[in-house]
Amino acid sequence: MAVRVQREDFDVTAETEKLVGGRRDIGAVVTFTGRVRGEDDGRAVATLTLEHYPDMTEAEMARIEAEALARWPLQASLVVHRVGELHAGDNIVLVITASAHREAAFEAAGFLMDYLKTRAPFWKKETTPDGASTWVEARAEDDSAADRWR
Amino acid sequence: MSADATRRVRLLYFAWVREKIGLASEDVELPGGIATVEALVEWLKQRGPQYDDAFARPQVVRAALDKVHVKPSAALGSAREIAFFPPVTGG
Repeated sequence: MAVRVQREDFDVTAETEKLVGGRRDIGAVVTFTGRVRGEDDGRAVATLTLEHYPDMTEAEMARIEAEALARWPLQASLVVHRVGELHAGDNIVLVITASAHREAAFEAAGFLMDYLKTRAPFWKKETTPDGASTWVEARAEDDSAADRWR
Repeated sequence: MSADATRRVRLLYFAWVREKIGLASEDVELPGGIATVEALVEWLKQRGPQYDDAFARPQVVRAALDKVHVKPSAALGSAREIAFFPPVTGG
């Protein structure tokens, strides 16, 4: 069980192997990777800059992960979130959940992403190819997605 | 502590709240009568047009006390670090 905030990219295969390699009690591994889209609401996006609240980010991600562990029988989990300047096509976030059976792994991965999007203190700023930048607004759909776990 | 006593706290601002105020953090002497997050916001709005601008829609700006999310009605208690930021957009 681990959470990490980092500037550098992550390698999904290597992270998965590190988390579950050699384990014989895990029958299901779900990995989710969030990536930078090259357009958002019809606007072209050249770069996405992610700002966060150091210390609170890790604390909040750990609280979210602990809640997932209390709800589902997970054998292992990992959340990695990148910060700094990212480009279209770059990885942003990685969630890995591992359990004996698939249902817990699928559900916990969805829960972790929904809660990360509504609770973890990250903010995205988009810059278009012509250099104009705007802060991304929170989406009501993300709140309703998180609400379904209540 | 009497209601008149001041208390030193660190305020942190993120994303467009930081840009509007023009500061990432500051230490302030908080008057003793300021007991809740919303009272602190009202007090900050008196400090200058940049604060008034940042908190123009106070229900939009979120807060954390010592790195834990709180509602506007939350008591400041003995929090040392109070952060203000827009709704989060990570993931």
